[in-house]
Amino acid sequence: MSVELNHLLKTAAKGLISRREFVGRAGALGVSAAMAGALLTTAAKAEEPKKGGILRAGMSGGESTNSLDPALAASEVPFTVNLLWGDTLVDVSENGEIVPRIAEEISSNADATEWKFKIRQGVKFHNGATVTPEDVVATLKRHTDEKSQSGALGIVKGIAEMSSDADSVTLKLVAGNADLPFLMADYHLIIQPNGGIDAPDAGIGAGPYKVVANEPGVRHTFEKFADHWDTTLGHADQVEILVINDNTARMAALQAGQVHMINKIDPKIIGLLKGAPGMSVESVAGRGHYVFIMHCDKAPFDNNDMRMALKLAINRQEMVDKILGGLGSVGNDFPINAAYPMFDDSIPQREYDPVKAKEYYDKTGHDGSPIVLQVANGAFPGAIEAAQLFQQSANAAGIPLEIKREPDDGYWSNVWNVAPFCASYWGGRPVQDQMYSTAYLSTADWNDTKFRDAGFDATLIAARAELDGGKRKAMYSELANTLRDTGGLILPMFNDFVAAKRDEVGGWFADPNGEMMNGRALAKCWLNA
Amino acid sequence: MHPVVKLVTQRLALGLILLIAVSALIFFGVAALPGDAAQAMLGQSATPESLANLREKMGLNEPILWRYGHWLLGFATGDLGVSLSNGQDIAKSVGQRLGNTIFLAFWAAVIAVPLAITLGLIAARYNGRWPDKLISGVTLATISLPEFVAGYIVMYVLAVKFHLFPSMSMVFPGMGIFERLNAIILPVIVLVMVVLAHMMRMTRAAILNVMESAYIETAELKGLSPINVIWKHAFPNAIAPVVNVVMLNLAYLVVGVVVVEVVFVYPGMGQFLVDHVTKRDMPVVQACGMIFAAVYIGLNILADVVSILANPRLRHPK
Repeated sequence: MSVELNHLLKTAAKGLISRREFVGRAGALGVSAAMAGALLTTAAKAEEPKKGGILRAGMSGGESTNSLDPALAASEVPFTVNLLWGDTLVDVSENGEIVPRIAEEISSNADATEWKFKIRQGVKFHNGATVTPEDVVATLKRHTDEKSQSGALGIVKGIAEMSSDADSVTLKLVAGNADLPFLMADYHLIIQPNGGIDAPDAGIGAGPYKVVANEPGVRHTFEKFADHWDTTLGHADQVEILVINDNTARMAALQAGQVHMINKIDPKIIGLLKGAPGMSVESVAGRGHYVFIMHCDKAPFDNNDMRMALKLAINRQEMVDKILGGLGSVGNDFPINAAYPMFDDSIPQREYDPVKAKEYYDKTGHDGSPIVLQVANGAFPGAIEAAQLFQQSANAAGIPLEIKREPDDGYWSNVWNVAPFCASYWGGRPVQDQMYSTAYLSTADWNDTKFRDAGFDATLIAARAELDGGKRKAMYSELANTLRDTGGLILPMFNDFVAAKRDEVGGWFADPNGEMMNGRALAKCWLNA
Repeated sequence: MHPVVKLVTQRLALGLILLIAVSALIFFGVAALPGDAAQAMLGQSATPESLANLREKMGLNEPILWRYGHWLLGFATGDLGVSLSNGQDIAKSVGQRLGNTIFLAFWAAVIAVPLAITLGLIAARYNGRWPDKLISGVTLATISLPEFVAGYIVMYVLAVKFHLFPSMSMVFPGMGIFERLNAIILPVIVLVMVVLAHMMRMTRAAILNVMESAYIETAELKGLSPINVIWKHAFPNAIAPVVNVVMLNLAYLVVGVVVVEVVFVYPGMGQFLVDHVTKRDMPVVQACGMIFAAVYIGLNILADVVSILANPRLRHPK
């Protein structure tokens, strides 16, 4: 490594220059952006963490209705809060590998129907008790109960039998699933004493920080849990999450130095932020995507020519530029991108093609009545503007698209999964199987495109138990192509997770699994005085 | 019975009837919103089974009149029930938020009311001259600015540029009084800006109205100083309209400051109500609605009573 690059790396790792600046300058030294990112991650990790201080995050996505019950977590603040006081069996690293947490070893039988998780010895809950295999089984059992209303119900449904012995937990599955460890990293599945059956919202877990004040919708404060087993987590003595849902107020708090990091930067103001001193924008390509969904079983979308016409009539690059302010990537009408393991990058990118779109549209013999697209900004930020861009590009192809604005209030109950053509958002899942099984399997509750294809289902289930990586990748490629060419999903863009931090925060690295370093930024970062 | 006591009792009884009418409006209004609490809570993650489970648990399958009666009875006995969305006791969580809102409203009022009345008196004293024009101009400018714009400007200048005060007004239990006051400086400034003009203009108008009277002329002819005339002779007779507008503004400070609360991340009732409306958390929404209605009705009754007491004709009827 050249001397300049080495110096640059050290400077960047200390937070003295921003990631973006580093990538730019490294580029001048002949290093590719991807390479520079990887180098910086290594350098950031190699830097010696500083201990102590109070690390504060200002976050949107918290409501006064939030609960500490991990089963109910559905927005950004509870997600982050729960990962501070709690811990999961395993975690997924920024490179998509399984990282052992409470489980220290994982093994399966040949057809992936039986999994054994060896539980780490001597891990302590905040109440002083030791984490036992029984606690793990009780936790998983609680989430299988419909009454718990767990967001992880779909995940644990696939487990037929759970048992524990002195030092491990064995899960027998309904059908083979090579991805089970990834599913156990789900943020709802926080291991609680006796599964949290007695007090699901007690906030007692095995995480690096103990809950001090829990004021939903206002703030959450924590102090370091001295007995946490993992010394690479939890550098600050105290951490705080302040709920700041207003975009401008959140920005002002960062600029005034009242918080050290904030989530959800509005793409509209990124240009302004770049010039601000003392802080940097941290953007990472994630798996979340903004979509328009058509019901494949309702006219006129029951005709694949109509679906193809609409897929060809959307200008994806324009949307990434205008709706995401460039912080995102174009979609290709299937819900998988390079952030997933076993992504097939050889599938050709679908482009805006008004001529071909018109050909398909004319083939349908549609009577020319307007095709109604229902949208609300609650579907995703900028959904209405995106729909307007779509309308223009579709009109240019002779397709009469009409926008019907819906109220944000009640959008997810009255429009999504009900209206035949509407805007929606998906947060993405850690692995391909989970994404497809959640929304594209014929029998899935959330099959919001009403896509039913027996061949697709069969391949998806076969891929689940396939332990041969090459074969599995080919199967996923087949699924992607089927969905891209016959599905009801129009996927114009994948959005980046965009956060910002002050320069005194050390240890930040890009993690595509979720925003704010997959919810662990407060535990993994430290304060350089 | 003394007529004043009778009048006050009448007002109170009317207020109570009004409150019950409001309660019916709130309850059935909330129930008529599209989608129910179970659906709103589960949002995108709703499945038919989880919906049915949740509805059962929340008692949403009971007849609506039964639910209304049950709720009103509970409210009368101080039992506000538990929040549907996070299971917390409503009386406790609302109580804390209401305390915060009143704290902010109190300090805004402590500054705004005397300031507005004083400025009104000065403006009346120098009617049509430059102090009047300056005061009117400035206060009209601040009231014309939307609250959130005023909030962002104040925040940008005083917090982001000059780091004088915190940009966020987060307060929490266990905070000392001076810390709290320091935290709420910016929203107090904005609220004072918003409510000042209305009260000031009303004071000025009421006093100018009284100044037309013959007895003011007499006082002036006696040789009293202009400020003395206004303070001792005109102001007592202008109290009724001033009190009315002051009470309206106080009510606004309690129930109408949601935008300011959001901008300054102040944990008051406004943000609390909005969160629970989005989650269709009906018991909390209804409780907040009732509290707001009670504050409005209560302050208006108070204004009426003060006007009555300030008016000798009502105090000593023939």
